[in-house]
Amino acid sequence: MANIFAFAEQRGGELRKVALEAVTAARTLADATGGGEVHVLLVGAPGIGGKAATLGAHGADVVHVCEHAAFANANPEAAAALAAALLAQLAARAGVFAASAEGRDLAPRAAAKLGVGLASDVTEFSVAGDAIHVRHPTHTGKVIATLALTGTPALFAVRPNVFAPVPNAKAGRVETIAPAADPAASRVVVKELRGGGKAKLDLSEAPVIVSGGRGLKAAENFKLVEDLAAAFGNAAVGATRAVTDDGWRPHSDQIGQTGRVVSPDLYVAVGISGAIQHLAGMRTSRTIVAINKDKEAPIFKLADYGIVGDVFEIMPALIEAVRAARAQKH
Amino acid sequence: MRIAVCIKRVPVMDVKFRIAADGKSVDETGLKFDVNDFDLWAVEAALQLKEKTGDGEVAVFSLGPDAVQEQIRKALSMGADRGVHLKADGTSADPLSIARALAAELKATAWDVIFFGRMAIDSADQSVGPMVAELLGLPCVSAISSLEIANGRGTAKRELEGASEIVDFPLPVVLTVDEGLNKERLPSLKGIMAAKKKPLESKPAPINGATVNVVKMELPPERVGGRIIGEGAAAVPELIRLLQTEAKVL
Ligand SMILES: Cc1cc2nc3c(=O)[nH]c(=O)nc-3n(C[C@H](O)[C@H](O)[C@H](O)COP(=O)(O)OP(=O)(O)OC[C@H]3O[C@@H](n4cnc5c(N)ncnc54)[C@H](O)[C@@H]3O)c2cc1C
Ligand SMILES: Nc1ncnc2c1ncn2[C@@H]1O[C@H](COP(=O)(O)O)[C@@H](O)[C@H]1O
Repeated sequence: MANIFAFAEQRGGELRKVALEAVTAARTLADATGGGEVHVLLVGAPGIGGKAATLGAHGADVVHVCEHAAFANANPEAAAALAAALLAQLAARAGVFAASAEGRDLAPRAAAKLGVGLASDVTEFSVAGDAIHVRHPTHTGKVIATLALTGTPALFAVRPNVFAPVPNAKAGRVETIAPAADPAASRVVVKELRGGGKAKLDLSEAPVIVSGGRGLKAAENFKLVEDLAAAFGNAAVGATRAVTDDGWRPHSDQIGQTGRVVSPDLYVAVGISGAIQHLAGMRTSRTIVAINKDKEAPIFKLADYGIVGDVFEIMPALIEAVRAARAQKH
Repeated sequence: MRIAVCIKRVPVMDVKFRIAADGKSVDETGLKFDVNDFDLWAVEAALQLKEKTGDGEVAVFSLGPDAVQEQIRKALSMGADRGVHLKADGTSADPLSIARALAAELKATAWDVIFFGRMAIDSADQSVGPMVAELLGLPCVSAISSLEIANGRGTAKRELEGASEIVDFPLPVVLTVDEGLNKERLPSLKGIMAAKKKPLESKPAPINGATVNVVKMELPPERVGGRIIGEGAAAVPELIRLLQTEAKVL
């Protein structure tokens, strides 16, 4: 029975949703490869160990906690060294990271340290004899590759919002471990974390994304997008490149070929034409709503529900209606 | 400053791809190719760094069949000084095997900065840059969207989901470039002429030891959208009803 490793991401001392997704994916893999143990690595500032129970509740058999003041911010050199050391020590069959900004930085470092294969942005696993097969979208989501990983451990970075966290209580035994490389001696130092308040859902974890395009005409009109996101209550705000280029929104909000790839339950495209490079980032959303005054806009070809018309007329009505619908439910 | 940039030849994506007869690759017939988007910004970052420091060289590396020389020429026409074509028959689905082939060549020179793109838009791995850094034992900052380098040290910004990080690092370093760092310059006519005379060396660089292999490639299921439910604010109640009863997201 093989051990499976997972890396639990935290930011500012709070577990991220992708941490629970990585644990859930690792649990699935452990069960599919013969019911081995899931070992989770959690690094952070002193006190982070308090979050171990949540990982146990989602399928971790053992949570390896490493607390160090120099793990308060991301510390990729020390975190990757520890992940690689633990993967080797456990003789893990596989290791799971999130395909997030942090996970996609750590996983390749760990893979190179161990000299093993890595598949990124994984949307599905299956076990095929000695190999683990995964599905991985390529060519801006226009092609889906099935890859076979034959080495051990096989490493994966799993696409956010695909492996929904499943409560699955396991022992969640906590083991305190020492760093593999002194976190205070890292050459690369994150000296500041900006933004990302606790209350704000980010694009990788929000079940609903409301995105705005150039059809909104000016930066201040993005308030309509923000208000609709607030009305849903569980939504994050996205944008097109036209909008991030003009500086209406930060580049980190951009969705598409050269921005983020998202797959929320609901994607609302407001004043967005649906350029091929934008579709590359949101095509796999479960339900797509589009609001555009041009009934020929390409976004409508993809949308499950399209409304043709002026965003400045439709958005205030939609914001009110979503608020009312949510109020009725509660 | 000695600056290296690794660039990849990738298909232009505004087409409907076909899967080749082997069922494991994309049919390249009729496709157009260009330098990977992020790698153009990596080349631009290298050129700006050289211009700022006023001396040194920018060398461009690309691994692949002879055709990649076309993309190296493009980087030379933007202003890079010389190109190195690492000749391999095909490519590999294992980013570590690519990183090893690149690292084997890069290690011969004491680079101050080695630039990569954040991600190749065809493989969508986002792995080769940090892997090369590990193989060479160099510090690495990935997915940077701002950069300052002075006196042997640097500071960069990394965009996270809903937040960003300010990162300090020493030189030499490996940096991978995200969108937002710069806008690439277009090759000038003069640049295109000059590029023809710039050195472009070609040497074999076999890709070995892949443990990640393609089993099959397929096109994703077509999305059946295209349903317009109404016009103007009058369509809002129907949208709410569908979101509640059909999509069940409200
Ligand atoms: C290499 C490359 C990479 C790229 N990467 C990305 C990427 O990652 N993400 C991305 O988004 N783009 C990307 N792009 C840019 C992309 O090609 C488009 O230019 C961009 O997505 C367009 O943004 P938009 O839809 O906001 O603007 P537009 O295309 O200008 O569309 C605006 C839409 O708003 C509608 N509209 C206008 N007024 C109103 C109104 N009052 N009410 C309702 N509707 C209205 C219009 O009918 C139109 O359809 C990339 C391009 C290239 C070349
Ligand atoms: N064949 C190649 N030749 C040169 N550079 C490459 C090659 N493949 C990948 N790279 C570099 O590595 C980056 C990340 O690629 P990937 O990990 O495949 O997404 C690219 O943006 C390039 O800078």
